[in-house]
Amino acid sequence: MTQVEPWVILSFCAIIFFIGFTGVLIRRNILIVLMCIELMLNAVNLTFVTFSKQLQHMGGQMSVFFVITVAAAESAVGLGLVIAMFRTLRSVDTDEIQLLRE
Amino acid sequence: MLALIPLFPLVGFLINGSWYAFGQAPAGCHKAGSKIPGAIATLFIFSSFIVSAFIFNQLLSMEPEHRFIEQVLFSWMKVGGFNLEMAFRVDSLSTLFTLVITGVGTLIHLYSIGYMSHDETPGKFFAYLNLFCFAMLMLVIGSSLPILFLGWEGVGLCSYLLIGYWYTDEEKAKAGKKAFVVNRVGDLGFLLGMFIIFWTFGTLDFTELKHGVEQAVHTGTLVADASVVTLICILLFVGCMGKSAQIPLYIWLPDAMAGPTPVSALIHAATMVTSGIYMVSRLNFFYALSPSALNVVATVGAFTAFFAATIAIAQRDIKKVLAYSTVSQLGYMFLGCGVGAFSAGVFHVITHAFFKALLFLGAGSVIHGMHEEQDIWKMGGLKSKMPKTFLTFAVGWIAICGLPPFSGFFSKDEILWQAFSSVHGSRVLWGLGAVTAVMTAFYMTRLFYLTFLGQPRFDEKKMVSHHAHHDDDHHGHDHGHSDHSVGVHESPWMMTLPLQVLALLSAVGGLMGIPHMSWLEHWLEPVIPGHEGAHGASLVGGVDPQMEWILMGVSVLGAILGIAVAFKLYRNLKGVEGLAQRFAPLHRALENKWYVDEIYEALIIKPLQGLAQVLWKCFDVGVIDRIVLSFGRVSAWTGQTVRLMQTGSIQVYALMLLVGLVATAGYFIYGWH
Amino acid sequence: MSISPFFFYAFASIAVICSLFVILKKNPVASAFSLVLVFFAFAGIYALLDAHLIAALQIFVYAGAIMVLFVFVIMLLNADVPSFDMGRTHLGLKAVAGLLSAVTLGIFIWTFKSSAWNAALGPFTGDAIEASGGNTQVISELMFSEYILPFELTSVLLLAAIIGAVAIAKRKLSVGRSQ
Repeated sequence: MTQVEPWVILSFCAIIFFIGFTGVLIRRNILIVLMCIELMLNAVNLTFVTFSKQLQHMGGQMSVFFVITVAAAESAVGLGLVIAMFRTLRSVDTDEIQLLRE
Repeated sequence: MLALIPLFPLVGFLINGSWYAFGQAPAGCHKAGSKIPGAIATLFIFSSFIVSAFIFNQLLSMEPEHRFIEQVLFSWMKVGGFNLEMAFRVDSLSTLFTLVITGVGTLIHLYSIGYMSHDETPGKFFAYLNLFCFAMLMLVIGSSLPILFLGWEGVGLCSYLLIGYWYTDEEKAKAGKKAFVVNRVGDLGFLLGMFIIFWTFGTLDFTELKHGVEQAVHTGTLVADASVVTLICILLFVGCMGKSAQIPLYIWLPDAMAGPTPVSALIHAATMVTSGIYMVSRLNFFYALSPSALNVVATVGAFTAFFAATIAIAQRDIKKVLAYSTVSQLGYMFLGCGVGAFSAGVFHVITHAFFKALLFLGAGSVIHGMHEEQDIWKMGGLKSKMPKTFLTFAVGWIAICGLPPFSGFFSKDEILWQAFSSVHGSRVLWGLGAVTAVMTAFYMTRLFYLTFLGQPRFDEKKMVSHHAHHDDDHHGHDHGHSDHSVGVHESPWMMTLPLQVLALLSAVGGLMGIPHMSWLEHWLEPVIPGHEGAHGASLVGGVDPQMEWILMGVSVLGAILGIAVAFKLYRNLKGVEGLAQRFAPLHRALENKWYVDEIYEALIIKPLQGLAQVLWKCFDVGVIDRIVLSFGRVSAWTGQTVRLMQTGSIQVYALMLLVGLVATAGYFIYGWH
Repeated sequence: MSISPFFFYAFASIAVICSLFVILKKNPVASAFSLVLVFFAFAGIYALLDAHLIAALQIFVYAGAIMVLFVFVIMLLNADVPSFDMGRTHLGLKAVAGLLSAVTLGIFIWTFKSSAWNAALGPFTGDAIEASGGNTQVISELMFSEYILPFELTSVLLLAAIIGAVAIAKRKLSVGRSQ
């Protein structure tokens, strides 16, 4: 078969996305949670590109361009937050971040 | 005008009651004299008597068909087809009752001033007495069954209040409770009867009911001895069983002797217990339609008379003897009504009111003079110590034994004759009545002999010390204790005057019902139609009119026999004791009132209490409490469980997002298919 | 879509396996390196899909800059010890999360499979792009004409991010200490 159906690629994106989402839910280490967020963003990027190719429209790839940029900015700021938090908590365990707890 | 009759005692109740409630009770128990509240109460009931006499006078001058006075006060309630008015109706029957109630009541009020002079709360006592008179008068002059029932319940309430007047003594309080509860059992029958009457006839007013029944008989829709009429009569009679102390609901009356003696005289001899006979006589048109119900009434009455007389033979307490005697005489009255001779029953009510009140007041005088001693085996020889009491008591004694020409003879004899000769009567009923009459003579003579005659069986010196001790609490009473140092004394004029008046009435009161000239029967004719087999020539059952005089002779002989046997027996006290030993089991059974209370306790009260326990433990606590508490527990549990969502961890919140997403997606997909 | 199935499935399997490593490995550094491999695989797939610029940017920015930053922070915080959090605590929650994710994944795949492509096709066919000078040329031309506004705004965003990151991560001056 020389054809890969579009839905296969999209499903692959969905798989990656949900692997990343599961990682956000089950890991307690903040840094790994941030990594899983990047994973999710990547899956979305691939979806955009797939659609771009399928629909022969450049909007998808333009969006990916901007998503990558924003993801970079976001991870920088996020890691800065982790460092700032680490100064007080002395740990990167999410279970310690419980100030919202009733 | 009619409303004044019950209104006077009501006002008396309010005055005495308010004075007691606001004046004496809060200020603590400082002693107050009995003269003022007593005078107020007596005055009001006497005014009622004057009005009753006036009404009676008016009725005397009226034609038999129109011999009634009606007064409607206001319309009490109008619900659907049921219209109840607060209305009074005085006719030949109720005017007799009002005269007796107010007349005897006035005498007893006067007596109480002396009797209760040492009491701590006389205001309360006289307030209750007036309230009772109010309720009783409402009972007899009400023009419909609900008003009658109002009075019925009211006298039950006052009976409870007055029996348990000295409520600090638990036995006395229990007696009051017993009276009320047993009366309620009877009232249930009364209520059911009322409901069925309303359901069948659509009205509860006496005049309308009488017309309705006559119409129904005329048009043939209501045949004699129809089951619904029988049911009504029997249910109403259940109410009488409670209020007028017939078998099986008589058990409260002997215990009611725990109350003060004037109460026993007024309520449990002369008035309240006769309300059953009033009700039956008022509704005679119902009972006349149902021979089976009449049979029940007569049989229960005769049997009660016999049964109570057997118990009275062995009692030691002077008041208990009189109490069982009352039960027995009430049985006679129902026997009279039950054989169709309602006027004979009413006649016996009136004469019984006279001599029984007299006997009770006399007993009260004895008790008072003997410093609260009530056991007749500890009395004796009071003839010389309390002469006025002795003489008046003797009059009452002869009246109840049924010797002519005193009143008891005429009324009792009328009942016995009707029991023998009436269509509804029978030889058996007459036989029971006659034997009971002999027993009545016997035990009353026993009572009279042991109390007043013979040698004193008490130590007067002990009495003196007791009395001196007793006297220390008295302040300023005018008992006229002239023979203070002797110990046992005659009572003051306030107590002996009523005794004398009642003795006079007991002696001559029978004249209103002399056979073949019976003024009473003609007077009652508008209410209680003439009865076949009375004194007319047409007799069903083939009873010879000559039998009447023969039976009269028989009953007089029976009474004399009873008196003679009692005199002979009790002259020799050692012989009496020997006799009691020989028949020890029987004697014990009689003295313990045939263990009726114990039987009721075992068969009815204990199972009910057990049932109540079971229902309480298993159902109320186990089921209902659990259900109610579980509401709280479920709420708390729900709160606790939902609270688990608030972990403060963002990852958990993200999980919740996912859950919501899945749920929503699932809902939409489900709808897609 | 006429791409080579062999290469696609190869890259895809690498990506899936490595992303599983990311979430399942105890050591954060191992997770980070797995993530880098994921990015490389993705770049390969982008290239397969004729998004050449994106493929290049993926490697420069993601694998080259962002992951380096991640590893910096891991080492800075001494968090490279095997992670504490793959124990058996909250196992129930983890199971539920995994299950629900699987369910949602199933829903997505089913949706993708059963939907039809009805949208109108745009003008950027493969030949047209080649004729215009290639993928990068086309993207650049579009960037500075149609998408100039988002471009400028993104640069402002980056500036803000830089300043923000510095401000947050900076060591705070305490009162009374001269600096």
